[in-house]
Amino acid sequence: MDLWARFRGGVHPDARKTTAGCATQPLPRPERVVIPLRQHIGAPCQPLVKKGDAVALGQPVGDAEAPVSAPVHASVSGTVAAVEPWLTPGGRMEQAVVIEAAPEDQPWEGLPEGLGWTLDPESLDPAHIRDRVRQAGLVGMGGAGFPAAVKLTPRPGSEPDVVILNGAECEPAITSDHRLMLEHPEQVVLGLRLFMRASGAKRGIIGIEANKPDAAAKLSQLVAGDPAISVEVLPVRYPQGAEKMLVWALLRRAVPVGGIPLDVGVVVQNVATAAAAAVAVAEGRPLTHRIVTVSGRVASPGNWLVPLGTSFVDLVKASGGLTGSLARVIAGGPMMGVAQPDLDVPVIKTTGSVILLGPEDLDETPAGPCIRCGRCVEACPMGLLPAQLCSAALASDWAAAERFHVRACMECGSCSYVCPARRPIVQSIRLAKSELGRRARAGRG
Amino acid sequence: MSKTETGELLVASSPHLWAGVSTSHIMRDVLISLAPAALGAIWFFGWRAALVIALSMASAALTEWGCMRLMGKPSTLGDGSALVTGLLLALTLPPASPVWLPVVGAAFAVAVVKVAFGGLGHNFVNPALAARAFLLAAFPAAMTTWTAPFDAVTTATPLAVLPAPFAREVLAGPLPSYRDLFLGTVGGSLGETSALLLLIGAAYLLVKRIIDWRIPVGFLGTLAVLSWILGGTNGLFTGDPLYHVLAGGAILGAFFMATDYVTGPITPKGRWIFAVGCGLITVLIRLYGGYPEGVLFAILLMNVVTPLIDRFIVPAPFGGVKGRA
Repeated sequence: MDLWARFRGGVHPDARKTTAGCATQPLPRPERVVIPLRQHIGAPCQPLVKKGDAVALGQPVGDAEAPVSAPVHASVSGTVAAVEPWLTPGGRMEQAVVIEAAPEDQPWEGLPEGLGWTLDPESLDPAHIRDRVRQAGLVGMGGAGFPAAVKLTPRPGSEPDVVILNGAECEPAITSDHRLMLEHPEQVVLGLRLFMRASGAKRGIIGIEANKPDAAAKLSQLVAGDPAISVEVLPVRYPQGAEKMLVWALLRRAVPVGGIPLDVGVVVQNVATAAAAAVAVAEGRPLTHRIVTVSGRVASPGNWLVPLGTSFVDLVKASGGLTGSLARVIAGGPMMGVAQPDLDVPVIKTTGSVILLGPEDLDETPAGPCIRCGRCVEACPMGLLPAQLCSAALASDWAAAERFHVRACMECGSCSYVCPARRPIVQSIRLAKSELGRRARAGRG
Repeated sequence: MSKTETGELLVASSPHLWAGVSTSHIMRDVLISLAPAALGAIWFFGWRAALVIALSMASAALTEWGCMRLMGKPSTLGDGSALVTGLLLALTLPPASPVWLPVVGAAFAVAVVKVAFGGLGHNFVNPALAARAFLLAAFPAAMTTWTAPFDAVTTATPLAVLPAPFAREVLAGPLPSYRDLFLGTVGGSLGETSALLLLIGAAYLLVKRIIDWRIPVGFLGTLAVLSWILGGTNGLFTGDPLYHVLAGGAILGAFFMATDYVTGPITPKGRWIFAVGCGLITVLIRLYGGYPEGVLFAILLMNVVTPLIDRFIVPAPFGGVKGRA
């Protein structure tokens, strides 16, 4: 296979991976965590605890009957102070379980027994792995937050033959997956084998961008004797880590618009999700912590192992505080991350990075008229016409937006990134998509 | 940590990064790319050329400033597009232009062709070319008084003495040497004499990826092939394609006019259609039309067709649409 297989379009933002050399450190235990009952795509959880209840580390505090959902767990031992709406990094208010931390963590007694790190995935029942993945609350930790167990469930007619682990980490400034692959490669590989067993796929690929050669080397070493698994190095190009781009680059299979990788026989999971699955099966521990890169205007940027629900305020404190005035806080990467209205939001399962920007980091160039230069067309990895979508959306011409395939947009932001006129291209596309979605729902209802 | 400690947080939709190449950067690069040809014009035709260029650019800038002021809108001079229009127009004018010609032309380009249609990004034809067409129609004598290089001021040669470059009797030969055409020691408008100086600027734009290579390649390729097939005086396939590419305004048009973003298609496929159309119409006008040169109207006609091209060329998204072939 052509190792430098590439997708069309894309951009080359400055990598800014200054924290790549910062080993993951455990964050000082927070005094309070806020566990939102929805940290995923799908149905929100119902709270399993109420104010005043004592909870232990790893105890489920919310769960749902719906198939597309994932339970949430206490990331510290302590007492439930409230179950109330809280602002989450995705920008929504969600019901959340607020836990005042006890002085020490006691693992929950109800945790399932771990099978140990020497377990053989082939000896396990696929349904059992999927159940563990679900009970551990695993969701896509790369940012999308789709419940991992759902993706692993084969559907009649589209059994996957390949599991791809996404270690591209193409967003600038984020190094949490890089550190994970370096520090816990065995977790990543075991997770991949578990996913292959659970989904029935016979082949596994770990895709890594070429700017992380140390991680690629570590993982290659670990899978050297296994013909079923390969580590592939990908060109550095945003959005290489987008599911469809990754599947194309590695397998030359094109996921149709409106479809998912399973339509072309592929399951894509993030490397952090795989590592969490390995921990869940080998040690019986659910997803209660994740690695978060803290970068930007803090005294010591770095990577932290963070209990889920920890406030961004605690991350800033642990990173030595702010080094200047703060103008923007981003949960996620600079290309697709969400700007926060307040610093007191909790880290959730999908928060791989927190970026703190000062006023000097924000570009204030005002928007001008579109000069139809076509840079957005060239940059769009989906082959769309972003400039046309933008003018259709700004004119509220929803029919034209549909004619230009607005739904195919995955909102990677490459168009707005390159636009010389600073047009709000992807932003107006988001507007069109949400308006069309609203109309579709209204039409059905 | 309260809001007062952290300051006001600015919430905006991602991306939070920008490549940093702005419209004014692009216009500046276009001006840089035209510098060799402009300096060459001054070298070939003397101070008179410098005056034409300066008047055209000044008139364009002043007109834009005045229009914005009249409308009570913030000045748009900063984007640099008016200066580009002024310079491009100057390069299409004869060296012996009377001083009012560039002034009137540039004012028309900016006020009527650009601002009246909504300003930068909204004009449907290239302002410099439309202004040249306007001048050609309104002041044909002034626009077709060609002079040989190096004696622009002293001996303004009237059209009758210097026949149009693509007239039958000229094509029958003997033609000016490729070397003269390439270096610029032939008659013509300010900017179209030296292919070499234009190509230096074009290379700059291509390397910096300001212009799409498809447009000059499609334009000049079509021009070369069709003029070879149809342009000969001894039957088919006896034309001189290199003469057709080097003489007249083809190089200036293909690299600097047809590549105007605003008035050309936005898709790669659309740009191929646009470029081939430009080449085709140029050949038809040169060989069979009533005008001495076809580049101007070829590009203007394709400018007008551009919205149609963009309407019909909508590429299929990556992966195709599920449930449809």
